Amino acid sequence: MLKDLVTPENANVFVGKLGDILERAIDKPLGYAINWGRIWSLWPVHIETACCSVEFGAASSPRYDVERFGIIEAFGSLRQCDLVVVQGTITRKMAPRLRLVYDQMPEPKYVIAMGACAITGGLYFDSYNVLPGIDGVIPVDVYVPGCPPRPETLIQGCMLLQEKIKRMKARKFV
Amino acid sequence: MMSSDSEKPDADETQVKATPTAKKPEIELPAFEKSISDKIVEKFGDKVEVTFVKEDRIGIKVGRESIHDVAEFTRDVLNYDHVESVSGVDYPQDKEIEVVYHIGSYSDSSLARQILVLSTRAQREENPIPGNDATRLPTLRDVFYSVEFHEREVFEMFGVYFEGHPDNRRLLLPEDWADLPPLRKDFAIKGR
Amino acid sequence: MTEKFPPGLALQKVDERIMTLNVGPQHPGSGHMRIIVQIDGDYIVACDPDPGYVHRGEEKMAEYRNYITNIPHLERPVIHDSCNVLYPYVLGVEELVGIEVPERAKYVRVIASELNRCIYTMYWLAIYGIFLGHSTMFMWPAGDRELLIDLMEKMSGARVTHAHFVPGGVRNDLPPNFEDVCLRQVNYFEKRIKEYSAVFYDNPILIARTKDTGVLSREDAIRLGTTGSVLRASGVDYDLRTKEPYDVYEELDVHTNVMKEGDSYARSKVPWLDMLESCNIIRQALQKMPKSGSVRTKLKPNPKGKGLNSVYKRVESGRGSLGCYIVSDGKTEPYRLKLSVGSFRNLIALPYLLKGEKLGNMPSVYWSLNYWPVEADR
Repeated sequence: MLKDLVTPENANVFVGKLGDILERAIDKPLGYAINWGRIWSLWPVHIETACCSVEFGAASSPRYDVERFGIIEAFGSLRQCDLVVVQGTITRKMAPRLRLVYDQMPEPKYVIAMGACAITGGLYFDSYNVLPGIDGVIPVDVYVPGCPPRPETLIQGCMLLQEKIKRMKARKFV
Repeated sequence: MMSSDSEKPDADETQVKATPTAKKPEIELPAFEKSISDKIVEKFGDKVEVTFVKEDRIGIKVGRESIHDVAEFTRDVLNYDHVESVSGVDYPQDKEIEVVYHIGSYSDSSLARQILVLSTRAQREENPIPGNDATRLPTLRDVFYSVEFHEREVFEMFGVYFEGHPDNRRLLLPEDWADLPPLRKDFAIKGR
Repeated sequence: MTEKFPPGLALQKVDERIMTLNVGPQHPGSGHMRIIVQIDGDYIVACDPDPGYVHRGEEKMAEYRNYITNIPHLERPVIHDSCNVLYPYVLGVEELVGIEVPERAKYVRVIASELNRCIYTMYWLAIYGIFLGHSTMFMWPAGDRELLIDLMEKMSGARVTHAHFVPGGVRNDLPPNFEDVCLRQVNYFEKRIKEYSAVFYDNPILIARTKDTGVLSREDAIRLGTTGSVLRASGVDYDLRTKEPYDVYEELDVHTNVMKEGDSYARSKVPWLDMLESCNIIRQALQKMPKSGSVRTKLKPNPKGKGLNSVYKRVESGRGSLGCYIVSDGKTEPYRLKLSVGSFRNLIALPYLLKGEKLGNMPSVYWSLNYWPVEADR
């Protein structure tokens, strides 16, 4: 019966439908498992844009040890990363490069805007070379305020992001 | 009588030039700094102007045509060997841009505390076209190698083109910067 | 052909043998700058540093803020060395306004400045570990610097951005019992960094990667106008704390550490020796500091410079001599403010040192220059 329905003309449509059905059937249990995997292995890109990188370095130091919350230190290649922590001011010269870095990363990807400069421009609100926040360049998931934020604040921001991922739909698994 | 008179103003002139511009003429000028500034005045006469002689700091103002010679003199005779900083200062009311070299010395231990503040002025244009207008100065890169990046910075921040500099390119600003040079006084930052 | 482009843009000829490689601004080391290197096989034939990715126009912003409100943004270039980066500015404003600093405040400043030098150098050393692929070298200094950060937090209330120095002294007095805690922590810290000698500086990996790479001779170090640890690693005995003592450095016994080799290894060791020296200075300052007294001369609400006046003050920061040139025209804001920073001055040595080096040696040479991009771009 199924054989009669499928013709070479509508094969693609059928396979697509099958994917939808499969997704609907196992989205919840499998999606939960996939999100669980994503939460505990967030790889940040090693892109340091300004002075907040000092506190980012302190967050991965032995005292704060962000790795115990599942955020691995930034040592990897761009192509294996799924998290951009924008560490501070984005200048007009840096903005295209930040977008380039973001575009090169594979899906799914998340962005944390760290520090007042990344959120609104902060202390440099009237500087001629600083963007008023990074929202116009890349989409932001979590804002971490502070100038610079303490490592504890950054860790809390990362945990908020994990909460957010937990509730996201793990759509792109097929 | 006459001959000795004609010599005296010459000696007086150096004194007059050095003292009235200093901030507090009643206080005695530091001797070592005074001797250095006297050497420069002795060599170049009225081409240079001593703007101040303070403790550890000597301010010399030179015209743009003789800055190269004065710099060579400070390097070869006075043993200064590097430039710490090159800063531009914009004076729109004078229609001039001042470029200030802070020259120091590592090799001569008696000069370790000293900074020679050598300043010169370039003509300022109302509508600057950086690199293609009259805002020009001779470069000091062949005298002090260490000015290379500093002069590039002054070029992009003030539009002062340094003639003879091998590498007059942008350094800090974005590649697509098309506005006025940002540190000029007529460049206003947003909201101010 | 190249004349038709605006300044900063030029066409480049493509060579079959020479390859152009862009390192940065995102790269797995640290530092938000781009180094354009041209390589022939494994050897670098030309190098063109391209800073400016964090150029925030602080010198322009300073012209719109008065002498007190300039303090917070002027310490941002090097937040982990914020006391030192503010030091020349504060000294300059004091001279412009004409204000005396109490004796106790001078000692507090010296202690804060030396603590900050250690905090900066430890972070620098940690990043040097990442550059060389030596993870322990990241973890140890990054953990140990928290000790001193705790001290600074006690003193000023903030982890890294202290804004503790103000014209006329320091913002507030030391907390009770600070001297004892400070002495204890510094003694422990000194014991701890002495262990680094065995783990890092005698480590064959570090020696293999840094010895005889990027050799800067004494003459060239002077000619290029380098400063700080780069200069002292090349055998020039020049430290502003002894050559041009500011505040109370005259009364303290400061020893300048000099190494003759001028290679990356010497440049990585001199800051470590400086940290040991800083511990000495802190102990001396704690001993000689007046036990009580004022720490701040109150300024009038809007301090003004006297007439058209200029001042150039410099201090020895973690990265070398740091000068601040302030021109005042009698208003409450500076007419022009220029920071002459060590990172920017050492940058000129990079193209010079990398020419002829192997590409693999680039990280060890680049970070040994004690370079902090945010400071160089201002």
